[in-house]
Amino acid sequence: MQLGDMPADQRILLPVRAGTILGSLAAALLLNFLPWKNIAVVPDFVALVLAFWCVRQPRLVGLGAAWFLGLATDVGNGVLLGQHALAYSLLAFAAVTLSRRILWFSFWGQTLHVAALLMLAQAVGLAVRLATGADFPGWSIALGPLAGAALWPLVSALLLLPQRRPPEPDRARPL
Amino acid sequence: MEHTPPPFFKSGPAPLVRLAFFASLSFALLVLDARFRYAEGLRGVLALAVYPLQVTAAAPVLLAERVAGYFGSQSQLRQENAELRARLLEASQSAQREEAARAESAQLRRLIGAAERLPVQATPAEILYNGRDPYSRKVVIDRGSQHGLALGSPVVDATGVLGQVTRLHAMVAEVTLVTDKDQAIPVQVLRNGLRAVAFGGGANGLLELRFMAANAEIQNGDRLVTSGIDGTYPPGMPVATVARVERDTAYAFARITCQPAAGVDAGRFVLVLTQEARGAAYPDGAAADGEKGPGKQRKPRRRDSARDPDAAR
Repeated sequence: MQLGDMPADQRILLPVRAGTILGSLAAALLLNFLPWKNIAVVPDFVALVLAFWCVRQPRLVGLGAAWFLGLATDVGNGVLLGQHALAYSLLAFAAVTLSRRILWFSFWGQTLHVAALLMLAQAVGLAVRLATGADFPGWSIALGPLAGAALWPLVSALLLLPQRRPPEPDRARPL
Repeated sequence: MEHTPPPFFKSGPAPLVRLAFFASLSFALLVLDARFRYAEGLRGVLALAVYPLQVTAAAPVLLAERVAGYFGSQSQLRQENAELRARLLEASQSAQREEAARAESAQLRRLIGAAERLPVQATPAEILYNGRDPYSRKVVIDRGSQHGLALGSPVVDATGVLGQVTRLHAMVAEVTLVTDKDQAIPVQVLRNGLRAVAFGGGANGLLELRFMAANAEIQNGDRLVTSGIDGTYPPGMPVATVARVERDTAYAFARITCQPAAGVDAGRFVLVLTQEARGAAYPDGAAADGEKGPGKQRKPRRRDSARDPDAAR
C-alpha cells in the first residue's frame, strides 16, 4: 500500500488530553439536555461523541465510561434506569471492536459504519422499551441515528482539532 | 516461576468479558427499576449530579429570550401591555364572580353535609426541557421536593391540565403529560356531567375516552373537565375537547378522540397544584352523586408511569 492511498486523517497527531475527552462528553450531554422542539430528528450527541472516542482512543474510553454516561442519560431523561446504559455499553463494545477497521475508510465509509453503530444503540433502546410494554413509536426513530451519522465528519474534525499539530514544514524531519 | 506479561500488554479483562459485566449490570438495573422500583435512591443521587448540566442547557434559551425581550420594540410592548391589562380586567371580573360562587357552593355543601373542598396551593415552575424519549411524553420542570412539590401533584398551564408530577427529585421534577400512553385522568363532560376516564393517546398527541358505550351521550366539541373524584385533580379544570366520535356497531365501545386543552407541546410556564391535605380524597358528596363509574379502574401501572399516592386506594 502506498502512502497516497491512506485516508486524509492518518496524519500524526499529538497525544490526546483527558480534558478534551471529558469536556467533549460533558458538552454532548449538555446538547442532549437542550430543549429541542422535535426530538425525532435530533441526533443522540452522547452516542456520537462516545463512538468517536471509542474508535479513536479505545484504550482510554470504553465500556465503563459508556455505562456511566448511559446512567446519566437515563436519569436526565427520566426513562428506565439501565436502558441507555445497556445501549451505550453495546455501542462502545462494537466501536472498540471496529476501531482498527473504521479509521482505514474514507469519510463516507466511516459515516456508514457510524450509522450502523448508532442504529444498533437505538435498536437496543427500542427492544428494551418494547419489552417493557411501550408502543412502537414509528419509523421516525431511525432519523436520529442517520442525522448523527451525517454529523460524523464534522464531529471528528472538531474533536481532532486540539490534537492537530501546527503545520511547520521541516525539511530535516523525515515525517 | 511465574510469567507475567510486561505492563505494556496489560489491558485489563477482554472486551467481551467487560461487555458481559456491564450488560448484566444494566439488565439487573432494568429489572430492579421496572419491576420493583428499588433504584430510586441511585436515581436521586444521579439526578443531583446531572442537575448543573440540565440548568446550564436551559440557560442559552433563557438568555436568548431575555435578549429578544430587551430589543422588543416599544409599540409591541405597549400593545402587549394593553392586551394584558384587558385580560387582567376580565380575569379579575371572573375571579370576583368565582369567589362569590365558591362561597355559595361552600355554604350549600355545608348544608347538605358534604366535605368542604380544600384550598389548592399553586407553585409556578418553568419547563426545562422535553424528555428525550420517543416512547413517552414527559417534561422536566425546574422545581423539586426542595420547593415543596409533592408526588402526584397535578400540573396545569393557562388553558388546562397539562399532566402530573410522576417523579420527584430534589431540584427538578418529571411531569408526565396527559397525552402519555400510561397516563389516565378522570373527566366529566361539561355539558351533561357524564363521567369518563381520558387516557393518553401516545405518539399522536391526543387523548382517548375508552370504555364509553357506543350510545353514550357525547358529541363533537364537548368540553371535558376534571371530575375531581380521584382526589388528585381539583374538579372543574379543562382537560380536552372532543374532536371525533366514531360509533361502530361492530364494537361495544365508541372510539372517542379528544384534543387536549392545555398546550402540551408549547409554552414554558406551568403551575404545580398542591393540596394542603389529602384527607378528603373521596368526599361524601361525590359518593352520593352515584357510584364512581369507570373512574380510576385502571390497571396498576408497572412501568415508567405515574405512581400517585391516590391510585393505590
